[in-house]
Amino acid sequence: MSQRIDLDHGRFRQIIRGKIKQNLRKYISQGEMIARKGKDTVSIPLPQVDLPRFKWGDKQGGGVGQGDGQPGDALGQGQDKPGQGEAGDRPGEHMVELEVSLAELAEIMGEELELPRIQPKGTEKIVAWKDRFTGVRNTGPESLRHFRRTFKQALRRQISLGTYDPRNPVIIPIRDDKRYRSWRSEPLPQSNAVIIYMMDVSGSMGDEQKEIVRIESFWIDTWLRSQYHGIESRYIIHDAMAKEVDRDTFFRTRESGGTMISSAYKLCAKMIEDDYPPALWNIYPFHFSDGDNWSIDDTHACVELLKHKILPAVNLFAYGQVESPYGSGQFIKDLSEHFDDDQRVVTSEIKGKDAIMDSIKEFLGKGR
Amino acid sequence: MAGLRRFPPYLSEMQEEIEGHARDYGLDFFPIIYEVLDYKTMNEVAAYGGFPTRYPHWRFGMDYEQLAKGYEWGLQKIYEMVINTNPAYAYLLEGNSLVDQKTVMGHVCAHVDFFKNNYYFSKTNRKMIDGMANHAALVRRHMARHGQDVVEDFIDTCLTLENLIDPMSPYISRVAPAKDGDDDDDARDGDDVPRMRAKQYMDKFINPPEYLEAQRKKKEEEKKRLRRRFPEEPQRDVLLFLIKNAPVDSWQRDILEIVRNEAYYFAPQAMTKIMNEGWATYWHSTIMTQKAATAAEIIDYADATAGVLASAPGRLNPYKLGIELFRYIESRWNKGQFGKEWDECDSLDAKRDWDRRLGMGRRKIFEVRRLHNDITFLDEFFTLDFCIEQKFYTFGFSERSGNWEIQSREFKKVKDQMLRMLTNRGQPFIYVEDANLENRTELLLRHAHDGTDLDLGQAKDTLRALHKVWTRPVSLLTRVEGKGKVFRCDDSTITEKPADYPA
Repeated sequence: MSQRIDLDHGRFRQIIRGKIKQNLRKYISQGEMIARKGKDTVSIPLPQVDLPRFKWGDKQGGGVGQGDGQPGDALGQGQDKPGQGEAGDRPGEHMVELEVSLAELAEIMGEELELPRIQPKGTEKIVAWKDRFTGVRNTGPESLRHFRRTFKQALRRQISLGTYDPRNPVIIPIRDDKRYRSWRSEPLPQSNAVIIYMMDVSGSMGDEQKEIVRIESFWIDTWLRSQYHGIESRYIIHDAMAKEVDRDTFFRTRESGGTMISSAYKLCAKMIEDDYPPALWNIYPFHFSDGDNWSIDDTHACVELLKHKILPAVNLFAYGQVESPYGSGQFIKDLSEHFDDDQRVVTSEIKGKDAIMDSIKEFLGKGR
Repeated sequence: MAGLRRFPPYLSEMQEEIEGHARDYGLDFFPIIYEVLDYKTMNEVAAYGGFPTRYPHWRFGMDYEQLAKGYEWGLQKIYEMVINTNPAYAYLLEGNSLVDQKTVMGHVCAHVDFFKNNYYFSKTNRKMIDGMANHAALVRRHMARHGQDVVEDFIDTCLTLENLIDPMSPYISRVAPAKDGDDDDDARDGDDVPRMRAKQYMDKFINPPEYLEAQRKKKEEEKKRLRRRFPEEPQRDVLLFLIKNAPVDSWQRDILEIVRNEAYYFAPQAMTKIMNEGWATYWHSTIMTQKAATAAEIIDYADATAGVLASAPGRLNPYKLGIELFRYIESRWNKGQFGKEWDECDSLDAKRDWDRRLGMGRRKIFEVRRLHNDITFLDEFFTLDFCIEQKFYTFGFSERSGNWEIQSREFKKVKDQMLRMLTNRGQPFIYVEDANLENRTELLLRHAHDGTDLDLGQAKDTLRALHKVWTRPVSLLTRVEGKGKVFRCDDSTITEKPADYPA
């Protein structure tokens, strides 16, 4: 049912979108949105959507209350003025929390960063069918017989026929009483895109660097999710050895030791080979490191892996080099040397949190 | 209207019953038309301030979102809404229990009685549904012509200035009507130079000609100064001043007028919140407990009403304060605890047992609901006894502990604070002081400082909005932490400099 208020409400949401867009850089670099992530939405604190007025400053204000207590007793902790005025009045209006769906957020980011839409590989979407029990019907295989419904039906029939004897409650279902579960086959959109995140967790990658990776991957994730229906994520961490981990571990682990990037690429290539036939999958490996690879030989191995195994399979290979306290490494230069004119490789140097947004634009700006 | 349900017969029987009781008690109300709404429509109507149509503006959408969230999260639910029109429209929430609906009807009867009889509502437009619809049509037309963004932006600007009205002006005349033959006055008091008092033979020594001449000059200068000054007297109705004098297009003037008109329509509700809610709660409780509630319903009724009257620390519940004060007045006038004799009696014992059995309580509260607004209501009847009995306190922010704390239970402080909060609906007084500042058609506003500084961040933004309307630089004279300051807004840059703030 459409309501009058929908127009005003839509207008309000539009204004909110504008505000989010304006402050996107701030939100992106602060990373506080990730902490506020719900299932499909994030709630965003927006300051002062309300209109300004001439009004009294807060602290000298004070007020009148009613109830027990001695002078000097606190009315509650902290700076916020206790609710005052009308019963059932709205809570403090300094900050408004707004729920925005991730899809909308991605759209806002897309508009602000002018990201092109991605053309997925392979026009046919892979769809699986999933059976779900949705109701009850009169015919079916015995294995799906619904015992309770059948029993009730038989009981009802016997009572109405007068053949039910409470002292000897024997219920005998006949064919018409029998009820069976019925199902429906539903199309299950199956992911045909995968993001493979790789992160260098060697000693030189500190918490700050990981935070940057975390924020950046959240936004990349949000964007790619808005482009593909259902998407898989895999996580690889490496120092001198690489292993696959879950999302949580990915962002938390801190190892020490050297850096052998080729180990991660090897694992990544294997993953693709085993699970994601390139003809059917849109594959996005993202690699984050401080670029301080162990040896020239290893870098050479990386280049070879990329050239022969990874690049032929993927839509885009992205390498983000995060600046660490020990400076920025050589790896990004090595990569650009070898793949400078290859459309499938994007490299980006992320100097700090403020640079995240530009880096996202570099990564996703190609529309691949 | 979407979501409107047919008014079911059992509710209209209930309405008849409740209104019968209300009339028996002497309540006198406009005809009431109830509509049963589902919660979505209820939230919609609530966002529109109780009206079915308002001009398009995002703020209503924002209010709606907040109400809808509050409902979905189970934090709040609107039981009832009623608007001040004749006939009065009231809304019931679909799916409320019958006890609730009954209670609400009693509550609504009293609200409408209050709208009809309280003096401060006497100047309001009782056909405001049409008024709002006309405003909406006009704004839509301007939007179609000038663009939604442009018009909406200007509405934002006007709403920022919405509270700069003079809520008392409908009831009193601020300006003495111009006398006939005003011009003669000048000539007449031209001679009337102030003289020192002196016996006649001393006059030429005490008031020598030079002195008189100096006085005359001074007076003429004063007059010149006054003549150059515009407005002659500081004006509280800033919006009206802008409508009359700001260099705006006619559609902008329309918007200013609409915003001002609606602000005046809603002002009496802000001025009588405590009384109005107290009165309604008093009557729904009287009607329910004495007449309407059945034995089976009384617990549910009591539970709901206890919720309405609950008070939380640091919160002044207008329902609670209002009903308690009405009951207190009723009891005093029933017992004859008023008048010269009562005031002059200083024996506590005698006062405690004072009962003249006058039974004038009901009559008194009806009189009070006719004549008072929240300020006069509290000023007159909020007494020491009442303050102690109801455990009132003042609270404030303690820099030492970083918390809001109870400060005092002293009667005078509580009452002062309460009146201060209610004065001018809890908002600062702002006057148009001078519209031709330094002879440069700059606008000067003055904040009449009464102990509390302005919220400077908001004040600056408000100045920017004002600048959009006035188009020439605007300034605000106020006091910040005891020192006079002028904020001047010129093309959205705000400068700030110290100034004399006359005490």
